[in-house]
Amino acid sequence: MITVSGARKSYGDFTALDDVSLEIPPGSLTALLGPSGSGKSTLLRAIAGLETLDSGRVAIAGVDVTGLPPQKRGIGFVFQHYAAFKHMTVRDNVAFGLTIRRKPKAQVRAKVDELLEIVGLEGFQHRYPSQLSGGQRQRMALARALAVDPEVLLLDEPFGALDAKVRADLRRWLRRLHDEVHVTTVLVTHDQEEALDVADRIAVLNKGGIEQVGNPVDLYDRPANDFVMSFLGSVARLGGLLVRPHDIELSRDRAAAVAADRSVPGSPGVIDAVVERVVRLGFEVRVELRAHTGERFAAQLTRAEADALALRPGDEVHARARQTQDVLEVDPALAI
Amino acid sequence: MALTHTRGSEAERSASLPDAVPEAVPDRPVAHSAVVAGLEPVAPTDAEAPSAVRTRRWTARPLGVGVVGLWLSVIVLLPLAALAATSLEGGAGGFVAAVSEPGARAALWVTVWVSAVVAVLNAVMGTLIAWVLVRDEFPGKRVVNALIDLPFALPTIVASIVLLSLYGPSSPVGIHLNATQPGLLVALAFVTLPFVVRSVQPVLLELDRDVEEAAASLGASNRTTFRRVVLPTLAPAILGGAGLAFARAIGEYGSVVLIGGNIPKKTQVASQYIQQQVETDQPVNAAAVSVVLLLIAFATLFVLRWAAGRGRAREVSS
Repeated sequence: MITVSGARKSYGDFTALDDVSLEIPPGSLTALLGPSGSGKSTLLRAIAGLETLDSGRVAIAGVDVTGLPPQKRGIGFVFQHYAAFKHMTVRDNVAFGLTIRRKPKAQVRAKVDELLEIVGLEGFQHRYPSQLSGGQRQRMALARALAVDPEVLLLDEPFGALDAKVRADLRRWLRRLHDEVHVTTVLVTHDQEEALDVADRIAVLNKGGIEQVGNPVDLYDRPANDFVMSFLGSVARLGGLLVRPHDIELSRDRAAAVAADRSVPGSPGVIDAVVERVVRLGFEVRVELRAHTGERFAAQLTRAEADALALRPGDEVHARARQTQDVLEVDPALAI
Repeated sequence: MALTHTRGSEAERSASLPDAVPEAVPDRPVAHSAVVAGLEPVAPTDAEAPSAVRTRRWTARPLGVGVVGLWLSVIVLLPLAALAATSLEGGAGGFVAAVSEPGARAALWVTVWVSAVVAVLNAVMGTLIAWVLVRDEFPGKRVVNALIDLPFALPTIVASIVLLSLYGPSSPVGIHLNATQPGLLVALAFVTLPFVVRSVQPVLLELDRDVEEAAASLGASNRTTFRRVVLPTLAPAILGGAGLAFARAIGEYGSVVLIGGNIPKKTQVASQYIQQQVETDQPVNAAAVSVVLLLIAFATLFVLRWAAGRGRAREVSS
């Protein structure tokens, strides 16, 4: 359990955290999601004690740690660029937190062996970090952080330096690890897919404040405002309203589209548009359109739908929203 | 340099782990120093590159090799061979006799001893100066940074005059180091100041702060972090700088010629002894002591290379 209350932090004129309060339930895996400069990393580092707050308090497991240095907060921290101790072997890296506490050698050995097995690095204990791939280094860093039995595990863009495939594999692996280890985990990311994939709670940050906190499904289906909606998943602007691209239905028959549209509350109506481009992305097809009003938007269709319509650039179609979301507009510049 | 360790990283890529897929070069800023740059993983797509490099190395143009060989022979090898030959003109016995003469032994001993102290002093002070220059902000930092190179730029005899006017018989501060071993020490410390500072500084600049933060998050105090994480990273640079300072100090002449006083068996260093032998027309003695200095310098450089190689072997996959 982590409680942050009234956290403020600024660097000169830049406000990194503007009165942020957040509660992270014990045993959860929470993602702090936001664009760069949203304050997500500052918030994580403030929880770790690597950053001192201008005002506000941080409590971990019921203990107020606001005035404590990182050494005494009972945390494990994983950095984007691994922060490996390059002159030590994998074993010594993982054992570091225990050796400096002068734990008995046999105990350290057993614990390190156990952790290396959990992170799948058994057999690598005598290697140096430079002899590992990026993903292996990050798993070593994770084992090192877990070795001290931290109250909370804090991950700062842990997969940011890895390529897309490794990143996807590693975050699924992290999810499974969390299900085994159950330590309260906070993960900072700017990648909405990553947040949706691993986290059971997401806090969306923007400009030093929290926009919305909730489980991934709630945030996706019921975003509190247009920022959350556009940051979590893609959006299209249809007749002045924000719509998910996969909620846009295209039809060649205007009368049928108008008839179907009647049952949709708050609908923007049927929009006549011209197909500009059809992009096949594996099983889905993105259709880029230009409305007669000049507005451009994209619809996301399944392959079957696209094949049935046999769309070609220049074709005239009629677009409607299957459902709309009643979102609060905080920033009209956001929807693209 | 960056290509040579791609081969070794192939073995672990076959491991049946989530990230068996090779990763791209990380998006970190490219390190300036060759040693540090070598630490980053390299895109495995150029796995065939090492052999290409090797082929190119073996087919280096004979003309280039010839020119380099000739130049090194004329400038370095022939003079050294001539020196060795001169030192052995009286046979092996003559060489031993020349070197074990009390004056020669004393001069060599003073030289090595004072140089060793200077090297240790440099290791500590140079690291401290580099640390302050990299980590601390203070007014006039750029001036101080520029000042470090001054002993390099200054003719060493000028250094000797400066020190003599400050610590000599008419010292304005009342400290008299003229013709004493501490005088030698100060002079040698002055001229060797930049070595450790300039070798540690870039390593310190490249040192990731998050490594220290990681140590802190694991419960390490600042002192423990410095001792177990920072110092081992700096050690090769400190050792390298101190070794160069030592090698420079044993051959130093200009900076000690005035303040040292050239008192035999007390402050006379090897280079002064050699000059004295030349002036009194004893070239064999001069050459023999020179050869010993040469061997010491050679051994120092050899140890440095060995230590640096060991450090690199750990940090770059083999």
